[in-house]
Amino acid sequence: MISIRCPTRQLASIFFCLGMTVMTQAPLHAADAPRVKIENFAFIPQTLTVKVGTTVTFENDDDIPHLVIATDASFRSKALDTGDTYAFTFGKAGDFPYFCGLHPHMQGRISVTP
Amino acid sequence: MSHHHDDNESEGISRRHALECMIWAGTGVLWTISAGVPVSLSLLGEAEAAEALSTGFTFLQISDSHIGFDKAANPHAIDTLKEAMGKIRAMPVKPSFLIHTGDITHLSKAAQFDNAAQIIGGAGFDVHYVPGEHDLIDEGNGRAYLDRYGKGTKGAGWYSFDQNGVHFIGLVNVVNLKAGGLGNLGADQLAWLADDLKGVSTSTPVVVFAHIPLWAVYPEWGWGTDDAAQALALLKRFGSVTVLNGHIHQIMQKVEGNITFHTARSTAFPQPVPGTAPAPGPMTVPAGQLRSLLGVTNVAVKQGQRELAIIDRTLADA
Repeated sequence: MISIRCPTRQLASIFFCLGMTVMTQAPLHAADAPRVKIENFAFIPQTLTVKVGTTVTFENDDDIPHLVIATDASFRSKALDTGDTYAFTFGKAGDFPYFCGLHPHMQGRISVTP
Repeated sequence: MSHHHDDNESEGISRRHALECMIWAGTGVLWTISAGVPVSLSLLGEAEAAEALSTGFTFLQISDSHIGFDKAANPHAIDTLKEAMGKIRAMPVKPSFLIHTGDITHLSKAAQFDNAAQIIGGAGFDVHYVPGEHDLIDEGNGRAYLDRYGKGTKGAGWYSFDQNGVHFIGLVNVVNLKAGGLGNLGADQLAWLADDLKGVSTSTPVVVFAHIPLWAVYPEWGWGTDDAAQALALLKRFGSVTVLNGHIHQIMQKVEGNITFHTARSTAFPQPVPGTAPAPGPMTVPAGQLRSLLGVTNVAVKQGQRELAIIDRTLADA
């Protein structure tokens, strides 16, 4: 009986912990998630290195819309108004240069490692 | 400088002098065409400008109305457009038509296009549009603009027309922009332009209008057009070429040989002078100053004189 109760309790606590983990880590995760800010007509950081499978969020903090386009056309956001975000998951390793489709002098790069 | 131009210069006032722009604090740029050449009215002095206005034909440039913009630099872009149109309606000499050099809307939304059309169209003028990059960011990548203003145009919306002996050309340099590049006309449009100009005589004044400047105002901020040189080469043989642009939300003027370049103010918000700010975005100024930095451009074309007259008016002007 005890040997059964123990794992049950452990399981319960594991589930509890998992639940807590999900609850508490959701906001933490968002804050830590790889993010490119668009500010003063520039991508910050200009080069971001992430592992394969990572989702990168682009956020426009300017008063003017911007539009994120991969040079190899592998991803393309809609026009991002002030405060809008665009998320893309990088499923392949490699270098992904991108630019703003409205202000093409704005350029950045996501470097995806295996 | 072309031989043709030298011939013209021998006639009297130098074109450079005549094309300099006298800036009237006002709502727009009024252009007049004198003797087949667009002349900035500003240059002529008030009496001559008034004369050009009363005897020539005039058209008015409006630009960068950014309907939908509501940020700190101007929370009421719709109201300042209404003010600009009110000033145009109140002009003692009505322009023959308007040109809008793009960024009609801020985000290409249907309601923004509708509001702009209601306010601008409400004044009852013919309006010839070219798109800015802000007008082509709907889900259909420009469908919203072309559905409204693309009738009778080619490609992404370019076209030409003739009025009062002047050949007008509306170009689109805000599509298919390349990484690291500036504004872009593209091979198709350049080929069309070459063909369009074939039937135009060298003595015909030509007015070209497009959103992004067709000269390198400040490439660091993207204020220029990569393949503009090819378009300008096609315009070299003409005695009088006037290029009107928007995009930079401030007045800049340059004369190069036979070509006069002029950019207009926005009716929505000002942008910084090149290099004076970290970025070219909307510039917030003390509330009392905003209207002195917004405006429209009136252009008068007078037969018998070479130059067009350009009058920039701010919204602060009486």
